[in-house]
Amino acid sequence: MDLTSLTIGAARSAVQERKTTALELAEAYYAHIQKEDGQIGAFLTLSKERALEQADRMDCMAAEGKVLPPLGGVPVAIKDVMSTRGVRTTAGSRILEKYIPPYDCTAVARLEAAGAVVLGKLNCDEFAMGSSNENSGYHPVRNPRDLTRVPGGSSGGAAAAVAADMAVVTLGSDTGGSIRQPASFCGVVGVLPTYGRVSRYGLIAFASSLDHIGPLSKTVKDAATVLRTIAGRDPMDSTSADVPVPDYVAELDRPVRGLKLGVAKEYFGDGLDDEVRQSVEAAIDKLKGLGCEIVPVSLPHTPYAIPTYYVIATAEASANLARFDGVRYGHRARGVKTLSEMYRRSRDEGFGAEVKRRIMLGTYALSAGYYDAYYLKAQKVRTLLTRDFDEAFRKVDAIVTPTSPTAAFRLGEKSNDPLAMYLADIYTVTADLAGIPGISVPCGETREKLPIGLQILGKHFDEATILRVAHAYEQAA
Amino acid sequence: MKVTDKDVAYVAELANLDLTDEERSGMLRDLNSILDYVDRLNQLDTSDVPPMAQVSDRYGVDQAKQGSERFAYASREDIVEGLRKSLPHEEALANAPDADEEFFRVPKVIER
Repeated sequence: MDLTSLTIGAARSAVQERKTTALELAEAYYAHIQKEDGQIGAFLTLSKERALEQADRMDCMAAEGKVLPPLGGVPVAIKDVMSTRGVRTTAGSRILEKYIPPYDCTAVARLEAAGAVVLGKLNCDEFAMGSSNENSGYHPVRNPRDLTRVPGGSSGGAAAAVAADMAVVTLGSDTGGSIRQPASFCGVVGVLPTYGRVSRYGLIAFASSLDHIGPLSKTVKDAATVLRTIAGRDPMDSTSADVPVPDYVAELDRPVRGLKLGVAKEYFGDGLDDEVRQSVEAAIDKLKGLGCEIVPVSLPHTPYAIPTYYVIATAEASANLARFDGVRYGHRARGVKTLSEMYRRSRDEGFGAEVKRRIMLGTYALSAGYYDAYYLKAQKVRTLLTRDFDEAFRKVDAIVTPTSPTAAFRLGEKSNDPLAMYLADIYTVTADLAGIPGISVPCGETREKLPIGLQILGKHFDEATILRVAHAYEQAA
Repeated sequence: MKVTDKDVAYVAELANLDLTDEERSGMLRDLNSILDYVDRLNQLDTSDVPPMAQVSDRYGVDQAKQGSERFAYASREDIVEGLRKSLPHEEALANAPDADEEFFRVPKVIER
């Protein structure tokens, strides 16, 4: 079985038509993981028992001649911030090293209900805080295209696993760019759905007004298939929206001719690497050639997005991570005498440097005397950033930008400078703040053969249009 | 410098973190560097701009409805065994670092 070309459709058909079995397919992926992942480091935990049981169910269905569900027998993997019943879930943190969730994340449950075979849990930056996967409490992930480089973050394992054929598709999470930026660095497709489109029930919270779950895949069609499966109202998550989910796959082949695509100069300014600029501009030309109309738009508050994001995200994180206290789950320090000492030492020992930094920054921004100057101010600028998009989307159907200002950087290159690392998210945080959907689709390589990503941003709840544009570009490229 | 050693100590206490001396000096440097950058938000006049805590009440909801009515779809009956059964006692305690058969166990709370 050649894993390199397997898409959801091909894998499911092969199992349905008995050219292979879901068991054989899962075993082939596990063998490939065994061989490759030692040098990449994408997986933290394998869920073999659960995977093989599910594969067996799919094989029984196929043997009985039943029609398999949309992801029947398809090997997938899950970023380790999503809870999996009975399978260790660490969020990339030592504080949850032994945590075994008693329930499943809705997105994972929906994938399995659609027949997917969950191979295991994927490495990420601790609590999804990072842009390079170097903040994992376990080990870094290396970019399959160049092992001296980072895969991006925080869903580095989720992007690397797809790029290295260790899963057909994966689920990641995106709070400031954590699906799209690693997708761009590893040369795969990554989708940030609209805020509220996909339930976060069972997602270990980082910043609740910004957290999203979404797919990473080799093709836009596969991403559309997964999104269709996991999207939609979930009574277990009150923030999941009550908005009908279109058939994203059926919409992919509608022509893009006549669509208006916005280009904002704020996404092509200082700090954008020349090779990235050229590739993205060439991609925009290609879309023009497909009949899209290119329209200049202005998103004037873009330079304020990173400071806004880092105040709001860390403030929310400082509240969300207060739950890790060594009482109900997670690491507890030994030899402590009082409750308060237990809280402090357990957290000191369990959290890594970046998580502590963000908890401190967020706590500071929310503390008496600074709340108005930082948190409230950032919330107001968030309104301005959102209005920029409202205004632009009156004129255009989607906006095209680079996903990241550079291709994948080297391990260690930015790890001692938090601010430089934060700036890697400069083109992605805006969509999370405004709650709009976005996709990163590969659009060429640098001279050093490093992938470059084209980002397409859409209107609220209009993933269909950005998937359609990305699909048209992918087919033409 | 905006943030002082004293601030770092105070905020660490609020956040239930101890931090080593080395961590504290790193924190002092990093917080000041990040907050310097955050200061560019003050270039914007936001006196007439409403704050935005979340996006959900702007998009994907019925704009004709007011306030919490927009989220009526998300409310449910206030009953004990509703959407999901409560976890069995044993499962709820299974991840605890220290528990007996009934309760989570913690060090002494009140000092005498």
